[in-house]
Amino acid sequence: MTPLATLVFAAAESEETVNPLLPAPADLVWSLVVAVIIGVAFYRYVLPRFTEVLDERTAKIEGGMAKAEQAQAEAAAALAEYRQQLADARAEAARIREDARSEGQQIVVEAKSKASDDASRVLENAQRQVEAERTQAAVALRAEVGALATELASRIIGESLADEARQSRVIDRFLDEIEASAAAGKEA
Amino acid sequence: MRGPLRLTTTRESALSTVATILPLAASGDDSGFHAPSIAEFFPDPIFFAGTPFEINRIILVRLFTTVVLVTIFVIGARRAKVVPGRFQNVLEMGLDFVRVNIAEEILGHNARRFVPLLTTIFFSILFFNITGVIPFLNIATTALIGMPIVLALWVYVTYLWAGVSKFGVGGYLKNSLFPPGLPAFLYVLVTPIEALQVFLFRPATLALRLTANMISGHLILVLCFSATQFFLFEAGGALKAASLLSLGAGIAFTLFEILVAALQAYIFTLLSAAYLNMAVEEEH
Repeated sequence: MTPLATLVFAAAESEETVNPLLPAPADLVWSLVVAVIIGVAFYRYVLPRFTEVLDERTAKIEGGMAKAEQAQAEAAAALAEYRQQLADARAEAARIREDARSEGQQIVVEAKSKASDDASRVLENAQRQVEAERTQAAVALRAEVGALATELASRIIGESLADEARQSRVIDRFLDEIEASAAAGKEA
Repeated sequence: MRGPLRLTTTRESALSTVATILPLAASGDDSGFHAPSIAEFFPDPIFFAGTPFEINRIILVRLFTTVVLVTIFVIGARRAKVVPGRFQNVLEMGLDFVRVNIAEEILGHNARRFVPLLTTIFFSILFFNITGVIPFLNIATTALIGMPIVLALWVYVTYLWAGVSKFGVGGYLKNSLFPPGLPAFLYVLVTPIEALQVFLFRPATLALRLTANMISGHLILVLCFSATQFFLFEAGGALKAASLLSLGAGIAFTLFEILVAALQAYIFTLLSAAYLNMAVEEEH
């Protein structure tokens, strides 16, 4: 302030005494007037209006953001639904495949058991038949052997038992006859 | 806060340099060189001479500036849209600067209700300052102390009222005059100082800082350009060359004054915000 004061005093020496730090009445009056004018314009109109516009802008931006968020949420929901459906379809397919496989296995098992039943039944029948035939043969044989033995004995007794050679001839002839009759029976 | 102080001292030292050169230049040639004086700020009245409504050239500039300021902002507000244009962007940038970088920075959560005051003061001072470098206006109307006094009183009344309405008269005085955490005997020293601060120094320095800056800025510019005129047209021979120097200085100081105009508006508003904050904040 010193140099300024020097200037002020220098000026004061030559001209009428004025102090720039004391306001002239007109200066104060007009300062007050313009301050009131500017104050009223700013407080009543300019600043509220700008605030309003800024608030509106904020609201719009927030609204836009909310809309975007909503759209995003919808898209996410759709995606989740689609994935769910896909998973369901896959599960369904797997289930169907599993069913088919188990069914197939069942069929195979059934077929196998049926085949083995059939086989055992056939075998049983055969065995039974063989047994029957054997029994029949045994019965027939027993009757025939009795008759044959009787016939052989009578023949042996009918010939001379002393002649050993004749005896063996009789036995041989007897056996040949049996063979011949057996062959004849086979042909018949 | 250090920046503005340093600037002020720089400017004052510059002023003192110029002031010491001045008598040399004047005594070097005693023809028609007129050094700028404080009478610069008291031109002859134009209207209503002798009444309290006396209007001189500076008051006319002040009224003109008011019209321009109000017109710009009213038009800007009227055309304000949600999607801003260029003009609105510039205005909003200015409004945002005050709201964010001054009010919210200093006052924090108390900022909202003081934003209109700070905004009005900032743009008033900025516009009244900047006329100092606008051709044909050529005077910062804040160089007349009436305007700074009115604005400083506005801030003064607002911070006293804000403090009292928040804490009551007793609470506010206790808050501002008896800073807590001092030994009792120190209050003998501190309380009178704080009282002077709150009730006198704060508004007075607000007004004086602004006016002194604008007066000295205007004097420097007048000095530079009238010296240029003198050197070029009235001084003889080699002294004509000095006009280049003084013209260069004048241009440089014009640019500097643009900075000072904005800076002083910023400082005034910033300090106002700080004083308001001291009045309403809970703890010092």
